[in-house]
Amino acid sequence: MKVFVCIKQVPDTETKIKIGPDASSIDLTGIKWVINPYDEYAIEEAVKYREANVGTQVFVLSAGPLKRISESLRTALAMGADEGIAINAPENLDSYSTARALAEVIRAEDGAGLIFTGKLAIDDNASSVSQMLAEFLGLPHATVVSKFTASPEGVTVERDIEGGAKEIIKLTPPAVIGANKGLNTPRYASLPGIMKAKKKVLKEIEFASLNISASEIKVRYSQFHLPTEKPPVKILTGDSQHQVSALVQLLRDEAKVL
Amino acid sequence: MSKVFVFAEHKNGALRRGAMELLQAAQKSGNTVVGMAVGTGADKAAVEMGHHGAKEVHIIKDSSLDAYNPEIYAAALSLVLDRVQPQILLASATSTAKDLFPKIAARLKTGIVSDCTELNISGDNVTVKKPLYSEKTFATASFENSPLKIVLMRANQLPVVAADISKAAALIEHALTKPDLKTIVKEIVKGTSEKLDLTEATIIVSGGRGLKEAGNFKLLNDLADVLGATVGASRAVVDSGWVSHSMQVGQTGKTVAPTLYIAVGISGAIQHLAGMSGSKVIVAINNDPGAPIFQKATYGIVGDLFDVIPKLTEEFKKVLKH
Ligand SMILES: Cc1cc2nc3c(=O)[nH]c(=O)nc-3n(C[C@H](O)[C@H](O)[C@H](O)COP(=O)(O)OP(=O)(O)OC[C@H]3O[C@@H](n4cnc5c(N)ncnc54)[C@H](O)[C@@H]3O)c2cc1C
Ligand SMILES: Nc1ncnc2c1ncn2[C@@H]1O[C@H](COP(=O)(O)O)[C@@H](O)[C@H]1O
Repeated sequence: MKVFVCIKQVPDTETKIKIGPDASSIDLTGIKWVINPYDEYAIEEAVKYREANVGTQVFVLSAGPLKRISESLRTALAMGADEGIAINAPENLDSYSTARALAEVIRAEDGAGLIFTGKLAIDDNASSVSQMLAEFLGLPHATVVSKFTASPEGVTVERDIEGGAKEIIKLTPPAVIGANKGLNTPRYASLPGIMKAKKKVLKEIEFASLNISASEIKVRYSQFHLPTEKPPVKILTGDSQHQVSALVQLLRDEAKVL
Repeated sequence: MSKVFVFAEHKNGALRRGAMELLQAAQKSGNTVVGMAVGTGADKAAVEMGHHGAKEVHIIKDSSLDAYNPEIYAAALSLVLDRVQPQILLASATSTAKDLFPKIAARLKTGIVSDCTELNISGDNVTVKKPLYSEKTFATASFENSPLKIVLMRANQLPVVAADISKAAALIEHALTKPDLKTIVKEIVKGTSEKLDLTEATIIVSGGRGLKEAGNFKLLNDLADVLGATVGASRAVVDSGWVSHSMQVGQTGKTVAPTLYIAVGISGAIQHLAGMSGSKVIVAINNDPGAPIFQKATYGIVGDLFDVIPKLTEEFKKVLKH
């Protein structure tokens, strides 16, 4: 059975973000790129599944500029995925066309038994690609998944919802599973893993060859800007009784939030 | 005139705040506001939606919609959207909406922008402000090739004025034909908190490692009770097992935007700031004047939380009584 993991490469959170020259994107120079943290849970779950089910093959798939995404794909291969597929695509592809591209490639590989993704990508916070991919492939999905079990009867997941509640959901596979924190503890790429990864297949596919038309781009970002500077903090002085009375008064009379 | 469609969530018939925000914003845009509510209590919610500006509300009272199931919800939405043919769809970015509407967008071959903080509607044109890169940047998002423009707004971003009970919506009820299901929700395990979810709360009191041990969260619970606030936490204390992950605020937790965020014994690491810097007013209470949280805060108290918090709770009690 083929298991697919979709991973996105995103700027590391610690990276300072600057705006590009015409404000139509961020400035990409000097960014440190990493695998989207939720996608690491997706990789780990797929590899765990393969370890428990002989005859499984894990394909890791990413869309983006070839050179940089290849690095993340190699990392995923070093964590234990069997084969990589890089879809060489422009920067800032929107969720819709990304999901269309992923769906086309998975279909061309004769479909998946299971697909793991992250619940969201921390760059665009879209939480969209997993569900769109499922819909394009006609598959059920569950997102924000913190527990996954597969048995001959199907797949059961726990999905985290509001207020700390959880839904226990049974899915008929193939299905798309969007990983949340808590699903597992992703392993580090070991040195032998890194060595092995160098010999694994990393296939390259051109986005342009997938017959996705220009009308399948649905959302465009413009006017990038940094958050407006906050005025400096007002530090309240005096003993603690004075501090709290001053604070409560400011919250009520100045900030008007009570 | 365009039709703006608002998918409204409710709790046993009581509209959630996010839905009120969107109904009112839709009405202000001068377009025709069409609403939808589902599940037990949808009829009651629909009346309230009329008060907030909906001209027409579509309801499906089927109890199979009481709990969220993506396939059943998608069938319900497809049915009503096909009938109404709106140009714009608004929903609050709840856990249901975030899961459901990308599926709807794919089905209708149209665009969606999730987690927006500003909304501009002009005729059938919509642009939104969208935080990117963990709140470190903002951009304007606009739609192309989208017969239906779907916007999921973060809660607490738009004003809500009192309902106008003289206004009423026409109710249109539909019956649901359930699709063949590949998804079955077997059980819902209740959370520990009866309070508003962090993503909807207007006041949040969050605690970090400065609290020293799990039991000291009681100090924050007491403060939150007085304020009607929801309690949040940093990752450090979630990882230590003091509180559940559902309470975590930040890059790998929840993104929140309350009107008041009180950070207690939290240093203000960049990953924590990523989840709360959209808050309107931030209060930091920390004994280290160099803690980075003070750079994001509106008001700061440099002091020992064990001394400050009980006094603050008492002070709020006094003031809020009047
Ligand atoms: C990939 C990644 C994702 C992450 N995601 C998140 C996330 O989603 N959310 C998150 O919060 N973190 C996240 N982190 C962790 C983050 O980097 C910090 O480690 C964490 O936020 C620190 O939590 P803290 O502020 O409670 O603890 P600390 O940094 O230890 O701060 C404790 C603070 O309490 C103060 N203090 C101590 N005693 C007192 C007292 N008596 N009175 C008043 N103040 C006192 C101290 O001065 C200090 O500032 C992430 C990290 C990584 C690498
Ligand atoms: N360019 C991409 N390539 C591969 N997978 C992606 C890509 N973008 C998003 N995904 C997957 O979809 C998930 C949700 O992303 P998003 O909808 O952007 O929040 C991510 O965690 C990835 O698993």
